[in-house]
Amino acid sequence: MNKNNLILYSGILIFGLAAPFLFPAFKVQLSMLCVLIVLATTWNIQGGEMGYNSFGNILFYGLGMYLCASVQVGMFFPLAEWTESGGEKTFVHTPTQFFQGMAAGLLVAAIVPTIVAGLIGYSILGLRGHYFAICTLGLGVAAGEISGGIEIIGAGQGFTTPPFPDVGSLEARGEFFYFLSFFTLILTFIAVRSIYSTRFKLILNAIRDNEDKAEAMGIETMKYKIIGWMISAFFCGLAGGIMGGLVGYIDSTDVAFDGREMGVFMVLMAILGGKGTLWGPIIGATVFHIFKEGFWTFFLGWQYVALGVLIVVIVIYFPEGIMGWLREKYPERFGEVVDEKDRKAQVELK
Amino acid sequence: MDFLVFQYPMITVQACLDGILLGVLFALIAYGMALQWGVMNIINIAQGDLVILGGYIAYFMYLYGIHPAWGVIVAPVIMYFVGIAIYKLVINKVVDRDLFISILATFGISILFMQLMNFAFGADVVLANSGYGTTMLFDSNVVLPNSKIFSAFISILFAACLVIYMKKSKLGRAIRATAQNARAAKILGVDTEKVYAATFGINAALCGVAGALISITFTIHPYMGLPYTIRSFMIVIVAGLGNLPGVAMSGMGLGVFEEFADYILGTEFRIGSVFLLLVLILVYRRFKLSRKREYLK
Repeated sequence: MNKNNLILYSGILIFGLAAPFLFPAFKVQLSMLCVLIVLATTWNIQGGEMGYNSFGNILFYGLGMYLCASVQVGMFFPLAEWTESGGEKTFVHTPTQFFQGMAAGLLVAAIVPTIVAGLIGYSILGLRGHYFAICTLGLGVAAGEISGGIEIIGAGQGFTTPPFPDVGSLEARGEFFYFLSFFTLILTFIAVRSIYSTRFKLILNAIRDNEDKAEAMGIETMKYKIIGWMISAFFCGLAGGIMGGLVGYIDSTDVAFDGREMGVFMVLMAILGGKGTLWGPIIGATVFHIFKEGFWTFFLGWQYVALGVLIVVIVIYFPEGIMGWLREKYPERFGEVVDEKDRKAQVELK
Repeated sequence: MDFLVFQYPMITVQACLDGILLGVLFALIAYGMALQWGVMNIINIAQGDLVILGGYIAYFMYLYGIHPAWGVIVAPVIMYFVGIAIYKLVINKVVDRDLFISILATFGISILFMQLMNFAFGADVVLANSGYGTTMLFDSNVVLPNSKIFSAFISILFAACLVIYMKKSKLGRAIRATAQNARAAKILGVDTEKVYAATFGINAALCGVAGALISITFTIHPYMGLPYTIRSFMIVIVAGLGNLPGVAMSGMGLGVFEEFADYILGTEFRIGSVFLLLVLILVYRRFKLSRKREYLK
């Protein structure tokens, strides 16, 4: 790690730690930003690096959300009665119960989606290109529709996650969730960064560029594809669990398995920032979140219209994303050797 | 869970007939999708939303006192131009690109349409009442609304017309030539740009017909589009591109499957079972092909 990087990372870390105290009004937004960055970054592992464009990571996100909340409730109270009572609080978590439940819930929310990804991975990842995209889209929507029919997790009327316990400070809830999501973000970043510096990333890129050739070179592509997807699922589940607690209410199709919103957002953020780069999804998620919140606030009601237009515009005009554009403009910064003469000659040709 | 299906054979007959009549409609939508998939190599996620838009055209005619059955004539004409407009604005920029780009772009169109329809027509579930009455069969144990029979009949009529048109007319031949080999067609003087636009327009028009029929027989709602897209995608991949009898058969099969899923699992799992079936079919085909060391492409 060179000096510039060190300054950059410590700057971001300090900003991240100070942010909830600098902008106390935006704590929820900042926590959501962290979750969105986690989602975009992990989508990028198999969407950008591996070339398997999935609409189905929402499956793991929603699964994590439901699991975290269910474990948090189910550890101390009967789950069925909790969901039946709906908004009326017949049971109250003590602070200890809440935090214990949250920890256990997050653990389950991270591990179970990983196992699910491993189990279905062999079947689903054998599909390629658009078949994979459509199949995962179907998977995400099916999960939403089916969970909307299951009574014990609230069916159509939704599931209220345990409210934050009274610990004496009004700011505690926001700060707790902010730091939770921020540390998840750091964990994700470290994990992804260390993955990207190994042979594993090169294998993923080989699969993206030419899977048949990679297989012919003796790489067990299926194994690596499944591992890549499992890593995605792990962090998606974790992000889902946090988001469930943050939002406070889980609905099958509008919050958890929201393929129309979150499922597309994570793809869009990664594409906006630049697929297949470490920083792309992070920048993309930040820009997207700021844009989205602005739009959601000032043009309430038109947000989905704007979203639709935004998707079309990004996809048609910026398929390479912000990082791709920067790379085009400053190739030296990305470690590409540029022949000055060659470049000039090209400019003259244009 | 309800096992009435097994206890009363008449319910089975009812579900089969309902399913077949419904499946004919699905097949019509799938035919449009197969057409533009084959010609332009684009998977249109907004397919279902075009259907719903066609449905709203018929519904509005109904609101203004015109019999909604005329929507079958009016909706395709309007939808043809909507299709051309979508092609000119978006699709022609993604035709030659990566398939994922076109999926995402049409996903964007789908969200846009969904929300615009929600603004324009409200979020209520509506239907255009045709007043056709019902037909009773088998000592009135099986009830078939005449509107369903009407819609199946019209679907078959439109599909047949289109098949003949594709075989005989000049544009039809140009479309088929482009589907076979776009470059060769271009060399031989086919204006592929025009062919693409016309194909997308015809697809949208078919969706318009299907939508008008759906608004008469079933209900429409701005957010109902995606299941229709998935159904037509499923029908096309089961039948294969350019296999028309296959499209018709698998459409009806899907219709019957849905009716049975509705009876056995309950209505709340109906859409879920459709999406799950898609996943299962894809996985099945993947394993079947992988035995020959091939994959779906």
